[in-house]
Amino acid sequence: MTTVSSGGSAAEVDEGPPAAVDDEVLESERRRWTPLRIAVWSAIALVGGLGWVMLALVRGETVNAIWFVFAAVATYLIAYRFYSGYIERKLLKPDDRRATPAEHSENGQDYLPTDRRVLYGHHFAAIAGAGPLVGPVLAAQMGYLPGTIWIIVGVVLAGAVQDYLVLFFSMRRGGRSLAGMARDELGRVGGAAAVLATLAIMIILIAVLALVVVQALGESPWGVFSVAMTIPIALFMGFYLRYLRPGKVGEVSVIGVALLLLAIVAGGWISESGAAAFFTFDRTTLAWGVVVYGVIAAILPVWMLLAPRDYLSTFMKIGTIVLLAVAVVVVRPDVMAPAISEFAGDPAGGPVVPGPLFPFLFVTIACGALSGFHALISSGTTPKLLQKERQTRFIGYGGMLMESFVAIMALVAAVSIDRGIYFAMNSPAAMTGGAVDSAAMFVNSLGLAGVNVTPELLAGTAQSVGEQTVVSRTGGAPTLALGLANILSGLFGGAALMSFWYHFAIMFEALFILTAVDAGTRVARFMLQDAVGSFVPKFKDMSWRPGVWIGTLIMCGAWGGILIMGVTDPLGGINTLFPLFGIANQLLAAIALAVCLAIVARRGSVGALWIVLVPLVAVTVITVTASLYKIFSSVPAVGYWAQHNAYRDALAAGRTSMGAARTPEAMEAVVRNTFIQGTLSILFLVLALVVIVAAVLATLRSLREGGRPSFEDDPVPSRLYAPSGLVSQPSEKELEARWLAEVGPPARSHH
Amino acid sequence: MRGLVRWWRGVIGADAYERYLESHHRRGHTHAPMGEREFWRAKVDAQERNPQGRCC
Repeated sequence: MTTVSSGGSAAEVDEGPPAAVDDEVLESERRRWTPLRIAVWSAIALVGGLGWVMLALVRGETVNAIWFVFAAVATYLIAYRFYSGYIERKLLKPDDRRATPAEHSENGQDYLPTDRRVLYGHHFAAIAGAGPLVGPVLAAQMGYLPGTIWIIVGVVLAGAVQDYLVLFFSMRRGGRSLAGMARDELGRVGGAAAVLATLAIMIILIAVLALVVVQALGESPWGVFSVAMTIPIALFMGFYLRYLRPGKVGEVSVIGVALLLLAIVAGGWISESGAAAFFTFDRTTLAWGVVVYGVIAAILPVWMLLAPRDYLSTFMKIGTIVLLAVAVVVVRPDVMAPAISEFAGDPAGGPVVPGPLFPFLFVTIACGALSGFHALISSGTTPKLLQKERQTRFIGYGGMLMESFVAIMALVAAVSIDRGIYFAMNSPAAMTGGAVDSAAMFVNSLGLAGVNVTPELLAGTAQSVGEQTVVSRTGGAPTLALGLANILSGLFGGAALMSFWYHFAIMFEALFILTAVDAGTRVARFMLQDAVGSFVPKFKDMSWRPGVWIGTLIMCGAWGGILIMGVTDPLGGINTLFPLFGIANQLLAAIALAVCLAIVARRGSVGALWIVLVPLVAVTVITVTASLYKIFSSVPAVGYWAQHNAYRDALAAGRTSMGAARTPEAMEAVVRNTFIQGTLSILFLVLALVVIVAAVLATLRSLREGGRPSFEDDPVPSRLYAPSGLVSQPSEKELEARWLAEVGPPARSHH
Repeated sequence: MRGLVRWWRGVIGADAYERYLESHHRRGHTHAPMGEREFWRAKVDAQERNPQGRCC
């Protein structure tokens, strides 16, 4: 069948305008430095430079948050314009004369050419979640500067590069998954290790995300009520869309968001009424609740819970982030934390994240700077929706810059609250004792410059946000919520709305995380079924219910086990598990970049290999060092096995209490937990190293042979045109206008 | 403003059926397209068979 693109007959189209702007014309336009352009880019560079100077060099009493925005946005613009342009020109060489999978395999559903601006929002909503909101909060322990530098430099050289490359290579392979590409490029052993590593990493990611929710909701009737209400709201939306008014997504989303806001307000009434006790749970009970929820949610049909929750989550995600950006720019809060804190130079780290700045800053902030998980998204839905090859830069590189900006705003929120409160909230109960008096004493004993926290301040803070306590609310979400409440109440509502905004923030983080838990469990189950199906073919049949149930139970059991372990950990779960989360996410990035390295070498682009090597080497060094610390460090707070041995020896010596573990049972729990954590560290490291070695071997072979035949799909000529980015060059506008005049409007741009 | 609403509908996926119809006609199929209800069912069924992750 002849493919007809935008209206008209095939003959007309064949004669029609070209599907791409000539590369040389486009290139010369991009290189034409008109006075206006020079002025604009000089201004961007100046503003960015000023921002960096204010953040890094000027030491006043406080620094204003607006400088973070200037430094970040200017750096992103420069990196996008110059570095991603360089990658496009030297490494990827997109060819708009080739049809994308969306064009040549269009089916009107998952393969469908989509307007680049819509796809940008879509892709951003799929990659961004609670990760970039939580990591920077924990890393604020080291002061604002190390985190800011890593988030911005990391995204420019590593995170955005990974997303861009994976998106491009997957697009050239019909939207192939990362695991599929790993099998192609690295052979059976490397490919199998990549699949196994991905599965193990997903389990720890889900577990830690769930732990963040549980930590935020423990002993908080307001939070529990409003988050629990998302379930009936989503069910209502699901039935509405299925039976009442199919497909009215916009309408039902508005209803859903309105109900959600009502649920937050109602949570306040609940927390002050007699029903509060009914919604107050300790964290262990909540953790079991989340596990049971996970099993049910992953087995229920998609239309009931997952799909409507997804609509809500997307709505809230983009809405809240825009709101937050506006609020930071308008309110311009002052930053309370120092540029570099007392803990940045301490080899033992601090109470929030143990261990030295290198490598632990770089694994604590994963999402926002470099997130391996994105490789799964960039090789999933998005490549099947691209209109043109050149748009991968805007979507892949540009999309990740936006996530980085979210991380910067989360950091701003965290460092704009009082430092004493910050440490009281984020130090584990094992250190703060869990009460306001002991927490104030603990924080003051840290010897931090300018920090003097009183029990009254801590109690007053809790009261202002409608919580019973803020002490040891670890996990990042409550701190972020407090920071956001501070900023947003400066914009709307003042102190009266402080508690509303706090629970608004808790609610949207919980919403993102529960969506990620549900979807992640399904993906993990799918991968497990696929893997087991190689031995027991029946498991590959995704409509065979017993297979689905068994797979779901295994996956929920795996992440649920880690979650329960984290919640009941006598030493505090977040500070022991979060490094593992970061390491896992970064190892996935290392795997994705290793696959990209093998692909680039196969293409024979030797001169551009360094673009992949820089982030790959960096992330490998970071994660391997961090893993080695976790495995071999003799400092008990840092090394899992050191802690394991210390507690085992103490038990053997007949001691009944040690540190935060005050009973022999608690001590046994520490021995058990550190064993599991230490074993997982070793497992991740070994699997990732197998993949990286396989990739290096494949790369060397390609280099020796001067490139090898690629696994790309055969080129199909493209019959549609759309500009590559947000701002079009004159030649792009001209060609777009020609297509409009001669062929008619392309899909979805007639407005 | 209308552009913004259209963008928003695209991002949350509210316009999926309209786009499917457009695509169906564009591809020059002669058989009838799926009905609205049928389309949305097929869409979630596809999600059921091939789950997609959300990021952290």
